Amino acid sequence: MSTLLRVEGVGKSYGATRALENASIEIETGEFFALLGPSGCGKTTLMRVIAGFETPDSGAVFLDGVDVTHAPPHRRPVNLMFQSYALFPHMDVAANVAYPLRRQGLASGLVAQRVRDMLRLVQMDGFEARKPDRLSGGQKARVALARALAAGPRLLLLDEPLAALDRKLREDTQFELMQVQRDLGLSFLVVTHDQSEAMAMAGRIAVMREGRIAQVGAPRDVYERPSSAWVADFIGAANLIPARLRALEAGRAHLESLAGALTARIDAQTGLAPGASALVCVRAQVLRLHATRPVADNVIEGDIVDEIYLGGAVEWRVRIADGGLLRVSAAPHESGVAGRGRRVFVSFAAEAASVLPAAASPA
Amino acid sequence: MSARDALARRLARRLAHRLAIGAPLAWLALFFVAPALVLLKISFSVSVLGQPPYEPRFDLSAGFAAFLESLRGLSLDSYALILQDDLYLHALLGSLRVAGLSTALALLIAYPLALAMAHAPRSWRPALILLAVAPFWTSFLIRVYAWIMILKDEGLLNRALAASGLLDAPLRLFATEGAVVIGVAYAYLPFAILPIYNALDRQDRTLVEAARDLGASRLRAFWSVAFPLSLPGVFAGALLVFIPACGEVVIPDLLGGPETWMLGRAIWNDFFANRDWPAASAAAALLLLAILAPLIAFERAQMREEESA
Repeated sequence: MSTLLRVEGVGKSYGATRALENASIEIETGEFFALLGPSGCGKTTLMRVIAGFETPDSGAVFLDGVDVTHAPPHRRPVNLMFQSYALFPHMDVAANVAYPLRRQGLASGLVAQRVRDMLRLVQMDGFEARKPDRLSGGQKARVALARALAAGPRLLLLDEPLAALDRKLREDTQFELMQVQRDLGLSFLVVTHDQSEAMAMAGRIAVMREGRIAQVGAPRDVYERPSSAWVADFIGAANLIPARLRALEAGRAHLESLAGALTARIDAQTGLAPGASALVCVRAQVLRLHATRPVADNVIEGDIVDEIYLGGAVEWRVRIADGGLLRVSAAPHESGVAGRGRRVFVSFAAEAASVLPAAASPA
Repeated sequence: MSARDALARRLARRLAHRLAIGAPLAWLALFFVAPALVLLKISFSVSVLGQPPYEPRFDLSAGFAAFLESLRGLSLDSYALILQDDLYLHALLGSLRVAGLSTALALLIAYPLALAMAHAPRSWRPALILLAVAPFWTSFLIRVYAWIMILKDEGLLNRALAASGLLDAPLRLFATEGAVVIGVAYAYLPFAILPIYNALDRQDRTLVEAARDLGASRLRAFWSVAFPLSLPGVFAGALLVFIPACGEVVIPDLLGGPETWMLGRAIWNDFFANRDWPAASAAAALLLLAILAPLIAFERAQMREEESA
């Protein structure tokens, strides 16, 4: 694989507001990449810089190694599927899809052929003569996708492509987007605030916060090895147990917390030394409940204060010795020791937990 | 609360509701429908020497039978007269030509202005709208007189052209149809600007961005997306200029020459010079009909569009 897009140290301000701060990402050819972050984190600005609608104050954007930082939107092999879909209301479906082809000066026979191909690809053949206001939300999304793909982009940007759809349609459309991306071998960059959407679709995710890239990695890496407490909490609920680092040995850290001694995996990059305060991050799914004290690395004693049945899973809130609440979740058939008010023991494997710096520094 | 209180309150509310609908209706009936009916009645009367200069006159004090009898005195003669009269045909063509040209001129000036307003920073826009309608704060007559000062042979325009060395002999504008076209276009310009501005302002800006993204230059994105979507505003502006321009009296009178012959002037002439009130009324009634018909058609078309959207 080769690098298709390289964004280097891009910064952008609107008046006194810093929308982007030294943001850098790289996207490979054929990759499904997600920009993930809460609203106002700068992900939309970054996407608009890549599309050419905004010029960054600093930094540069390279496409196939060519500097396109100052190229206008219509001179970039990048196309955008707008959140509102932005279909032209005065043109029918066929004319909408033909729009980029006509701009390229294609002969009308070729245009008609390409329009047919694109509409078949998104299963919208037969809708050629419909006006956009006669289409449902899902149909609009398909036409918008067909139109953006018809332009023949090297990189397709998708701005919250599923936000306007209801839940059932969202799952179907998500699946179809992934299929189209795989079939065409195109590079997709999807912008979303929904972490489950990003994790389901993307091969790699860049988590953004306050104009900066907080972490880049495969969904599994970001989920299991978050770089900060903030990322850990943003990507699905995380249990964060305050502790003090006691000793380090070959990728493992021994810590002391108010709930007892803990052992967890540690990345050299965290740069923590013995004596430093830290957070032990462990997901609700890897925690186990026991009625009696088990023989294991990490065992925390606590009381069940709440039990929530969620259909596919059961979630418990367990009050532990340091006063904090641990979220534990398991499949319903594993919930043998359940019951509000019961004293339980929570355990987890050292490999399933990671140590993060305690300081709440941004990113 | 007693039942009687509730009833009284409901009645009061219903009365207020009726008043809210009724007041504008009464206003319309008194100041638009009633005069139009008087006009219609006179148009079906016969011209006579005397005061008033038409017959029959409805005298309700003479009883119902006498009223029915007086209805026999009505005739279609005036309509026959003006439909056969070349002068009215001439006036109609003159009106359509002047109204058409001045509408085109007004739209050509209004569109770029509206476009600039719609793309101005949001905080400037109220001031710009105020500026667009600012001419309405001075008297219509004074503004038309001002154009005489600009357009006449030794006026501002000709002196500027002579001073710049572009022209030797003065440009003959004043007392021509051209002057009328300029005057009408100027007078009704705000009516063209505002609907176009409104149409452009309400447009979804991401549509133009989408066009740019899909390979259109700035200019192409405007022509293929922003402009076609602003056409309803252009059409509304055109109607708002064209309709009053058709019946315009003062501007052709002040800026036009003897050859500028428009409907408004023809009607004026029949009323005051010829004292043929029925013929003038018939012409006015036909003009009103000619204006209302396309207006109603436009309204209907818009309603249909809104329903289908």
